[in-house]
Amino acid sequence: MFGNLSYLALQQYWWAIIALLGGILVFMLFVQGGQTLLYTIGKTETDVKMLVNSLGRKWDLTFTSLVVFGGAAFASFPLFYSTSFGGAYWVWMIILFAFILQAVSYEYRTKAHNWLGTKTYDTFLFINGLIGTVFLGTAVATFFTGSLFSVNAMHHSFWQSPYRGLELALNFGRYATYVNLSLGLAVFFLARILASLYFMNNIDDETIMERARKQVMKNTIPFLVFFLFFLINVLVMKGFNYDPVTKIVGIESFKYLHNLLAMPVVLILLLLGIVMVLWGIFRAAFATEKCGKKAIWFSGAGTILTVFALFLTVGYHHTAFYPSVFDLQSSLTIQNASSSKYTLTAMSYVSLLVPVVVAYIWYAWSQMNKTPITKKEMEEDTHAY
Amino acid sequence: MEHFNLALVDWSRAQFALTALYHWLFVPLTLGTSFIIAIMETIYVKTGKDIWKRITKFWMVLFAINFAIGVATGIILEFEFGTNWSNYSWFVGDIFGAPLAIEGIMAFFLESTFFAVMFFGWNKVSKGFHLTSTWLVALGSNLSALWILVANAWMQNPVGMHFNPETARNEMVNFWAVLFSPTAINKFLHTISSAYVMSAIFVLGVSAWFLLKKRNQALAKRSMIVASTFGLIMSVFMVITGDESAREVFRVQPMKFASMEGLYHGQTDAPLTAVGFFTKTPKPEAPNANEWGPKIKIPGMLSYMAALNTHAYVPGINDLIHGNTAHNIISYYERIKMGKLAIAALKEFQLAKKAANDSVARTALKTFEANYKYFGYGYYNDPHKLIPDVPLVFYSFHTMVGLGLLFVLIFLLTLIYGLKGKLPVKRWILYVALWAIPFAYLAQEAGWMVAEFGRQPWVVQNYMPTLSAVSNINQTSVIITFFLFGVIFTVLLIAEIKIMLNQIKQLKDGGQQ
Repeated sequence: MFGNLSYLALQQYWWAIIALLGGILVFMLFVQGGQTLLYTIGKTETDVKMLVNSLGRKWDLTFTSLVVFGGAAFASFPLFYSTSFGGAYWVWMIILFAFILQAVSYEYRTKAHNWLGTKTYDTFLFINGLIGTVFLGTAVATFFTGSLFSVNAMHHSFWQSPYRGLELALNFGRYATYVNLSLGLAVFFLARILASLYFMNNIDDETIMERARKQVMKNTIPFLVFFLFFLINVLVMKGFNYDPVTKIVGIESFKYLHNLLAMPVVLILLLLGIVMVLWGIFRAAFATEKCGKKAIWFSGAGTILTVFALFLTVGYHHTAFYPSVFDLQSSLTIQNASSSKYTLTAMSYVSLLVPVVVAYIWYAWSQMNKTPITKKEMEEDTHAY
Repeated sequence: MEHFNLALVDWSRAQFALTALYHWLFVPLTLGTSFIIAIMETIYVKTGKDIWKRITKFWMVLFAINFAIGVATGIILEFEFGTNWSNYSWFVGDIFGAPLAIEGIMAFFLESTFFAVMFFGWNKVSKGFHLTSTWLVALGSNLSALWILVANAWMQNPVGMHFNPETARNEMVNFWAVLFSPTAINKFLHTISSAYVMSAIFVLGVSAWFLLKKRNQALAKRSMIVASTFGLIMSVFMVITGDESAREVFRVQPMKFASMEGLYHGQTDAPLTAVGFFTKTPKPEAPNANEWGPKIKIPGMLSYMAALNTHAYVPGINDLIHGNTAHNIISYYERIKMGKLAIAALKEFQLAKKAANDSVARTALKTFEANYKYFGYGYYNDPHKLIPDVPLVFYSFHTMVGLGLLFVLIFLLTLIYGLKGKLPVKRWILYVALWAIPFAYLAQEAGWMVAEFGRQPWVVQNYMPTLSAVSNINQTSVIITFFLFGVIFTVLLIAEIKIMLNQIKQLKDGGQQ
């Protein structure tokens, strides 16, 4: 089945999987968004408990999405894995530290003798929510704006900034930094919107419903500002193309706009994604309560589609998906950074499991979500976080 | 030889070792208790007796506390291959990345999805679906162990690959050879069976504490029966797979095998040192200065372990370094020469390719291919640098084996006394079971120390030493992250232990019998 595909087709297939995983990961970052809203939406201890427990049943899946995204990137595009992770050392380390803090916080926050106290664990959750979203969003923006590295003939990569990736978010003398940060902040506010929509869906409590609805509206404005700033910049910026024959990387004006026009399906997916996100927000903010409860599905699916389309825009159509502004010819493309044909083929068979995974997650969730979280449940459940 | 920052290599190794050792404090308990809990819940569903539900729920709480911190340390390991070992990630990423990705797709989603059902689904889903979820969590966590151990086994015994000089990396040519390599099978079976043993010791020890305190006796007695039965079966399995692993190590990593026994001079009818102490171990500048204190030996046993023949020849460290023509052992000096030829030929090949000089490229490629199997040796000048820390490997190995055998005995005794209903009165065995807990952790860590220190300096046996695998980063960054990890893991470990001890102490099951 996959054995007959060309090497390039396999590389494109795997880039699509990475794009899909990226989309799912950004959608699942609603957990992180929710962690930054615990004490904004929650005003009493019971409110916070309901919010934490609602997120607590999903956090592990977000965590898993991140791990699988990393694993899939390693398996399919190892040069990206080695260059980015080994190069932008501090960016990834900070993200990792934030995720360590998250992993224990749900389970330990209300346990007796937890040493650090509930507030500390809740602060850990907030830190994870803030860093997890802003840093991941900023890191993805560098796919468009470029980083500082070189790769030698042995494919050893060398990061060319002593700040080890932090310069991508903190070098305010470079315009690209603002573009990077704008995506980081857009992801942050989007995660808070999705979290609010999720709470509306998952918790049966009028007060929380109303406060979550307000948060949807409050976070929509900054989200739109940052996202549109990023999107407009992407559409008008110079991009990184490569010659399919000589493989030489060059700069092209309006590269990403050209890509979207050359790949109308991707353009449609992008527009559809954005419309769905906005439609979900509109339903939550202005429609009936019943509509509000279902809004997460529109905005969630829209998020996945938007991110998916952005990844395809930066990876397909002879585009360097991880460009180096230090040495253009070191830029990574889906062709020069990928695994061998054999490995991509073998992994492609494994990818057939993905629909099975989605199916059982769907089934388990639907079983668990039949009854939304209530105050009563929180009082009775001995294992509640 | 290229210039390598050896301090950076050491700090990177220290950071990886720190993460791995912490991670492994939590993983075995997850692997084993997930099955023990599944067995307990099955008994509950079959018998309908409420006590089994309470027993299941109690162990589940401890499982969850432990699981969370295992997840926290696990994510770091995966990403550290990229952050700290980026040259490795390219050199073998084509092979090594696949099991990691499969682990995520096949195991982690299973684990995380059904973990939520297992803990919060008691009143939301049917009994059958809940029980299935518990078994799926056990399956998921053990599947994850399978794939990561396949990846680790491949580093110890690289198979199913071919070096592509164009891309300067190893590429997979046979997925099944990677998955079903004898090293992978043995490593997986031995590691999971030892993890089951550790978990059984944990359940046994905690239950023994209840009996010593005369609390929760119904829960404790039942848990002890389940744990000792499970533990006894698994410990037999552990001994068998350990024995099998030894032969695998002898076959593919003879230097590690010799180090495990501190064997410097090869011999036939080689005895196994059951107990022994070094008084002096050789150093590169004085390679023959090993001296032993008193030791207890089992005649012919080492030869038997190596080749199922008490008269078999087992090469010592010096035989590997200097070679032994009688036994067809190529010296490390010779391997270093061949490795250097391979490295030089690869560079020549790349230059010739760039200059489009095909005939030079062809000749260079021939030289490269003839010498590639010792590629990694070429990074060294002194073969003594290719010897692992022998005392560390020796003591770790003997600690692991000694404790492993002791656990078999403990399971046997607790099972016998448990079935006779005499556990509450045999307080000495309860104390033994309780105090076995820290030793079970020690045995686990010792096992990994044998595996990982024993293979040094290789990150991929014979092909890539740690010094050429490390990321090109500044050492200060790694030192800072090392200490940050050290602090954060330690803080979380203390919190975990405090929570767990409190959960155990506060349990008032009330189900006396």
